[in-house]
Amino acid sequence: MTIAASTQLICFVALAAVVVIGALGVVLLSNIVYSAFLLGGVFLAVAGLYLLLNASFVAAAQVLVYVGAVNVLILFAIMLVNKREDLAPIQGLPLRRLLSAGVCAGLFALLVRVVVTTPWAVPGPAAIGEGATERIGEHLFTDYLLPFELASVLLLMAMIGAIVLARRDVQSTDLGTGAAADQGLIEKARTPLLVDQGPS
Amino acid sequence: MSDLLSGSVPLEAYLLLAAVLFCTGVWGLINSRNAVRVLMSIELMLNAVNINLMAFSSYVDGDLIRGQVFAVFVITVAAAEAAVGLAILLSLYRNRVTVDMERFNLLRW
Repeated sequence: MTIAASTQLICFVALAAVVVIGALGVVLLSNIVYSAFLLGGVFLAVAGLYLLLNASFVAAAQVLVYVGAVNVLILFAIMLVNKREDLAPIQGLPLRRLLSAGVCAGLFALLVRVVVTTPWAVPGPAAIGEGATERIGEHLFTDYLLPFELASVLLLMAMIGAIVLARRDVQSTDLGTGAAADQGLIEKARTPLLVDQGPS
Repeated sequence: MSDLLSGSVPLEAYLLLAAVLFCTGVWGLINSRNAVRVLMSIELMLNAVNINLMAFSSYVDGDLIRGQVFAVFVITVAAAEAAVGLAILLSLYRNRVTVDMERFNLLRW
């Protein structure tokens, strides 16, 4: 066992432990803010795994997009909907949890069986290592050009869609008198449309 | 097993890690009552898929690394999904004043 190989193994075990414990924390912790920060830790550990796999560009994209954008967006959403509410108890919740845990364990057993029994074609061709970024660029501008352009259209659509969905229909001036409107008052006066009267 | 003895990480280790992450995400998706946590579980599942793609790209397709290109696309789509999902969540919260998944039952017949 060479030093490089054992270092790689130790790094993998540490990153895998962070990923698994962080993911369990994300789904199990009751405080959602802790969950969001643990999710950022999971994303960073996954980026570390990509570095172990000789993929520096995707690791950088993972840090920039997931930790920098998605996680911050989730934190903002948590702050915007930050209401401590006591969730109404549901009948048979522990049974539901157990059943879904059983289903997930079954799915996991299936995946493990597939992973262990399939004869993977390893080792494949030699990894190109540092040339990966150039190769990704070649792919994006030759054989994956159409998906690349479609991704830009998708991002534009998502941006416009998010703005349209999250926008508030509040005028800056009062339409009747023309005076500047008190935003706080409008927020308070506006009643939610779909508040239900207890469980139906 | 010879990989494990020689010290380098085998492909199966990455695949098993991705399986664990995916199953955790599925469990969280089913059982979360906070809508934000549901979105986080979806992100966990997408990351598990990405780990699979990257592992295959590195071990089986080391020359052409098509898996890395796919991973970049998955990251793009995940970012778009997170933006739209959180916008829907905000709009839903504004109209129902709750983030409890059990009370988002408008489409239930």
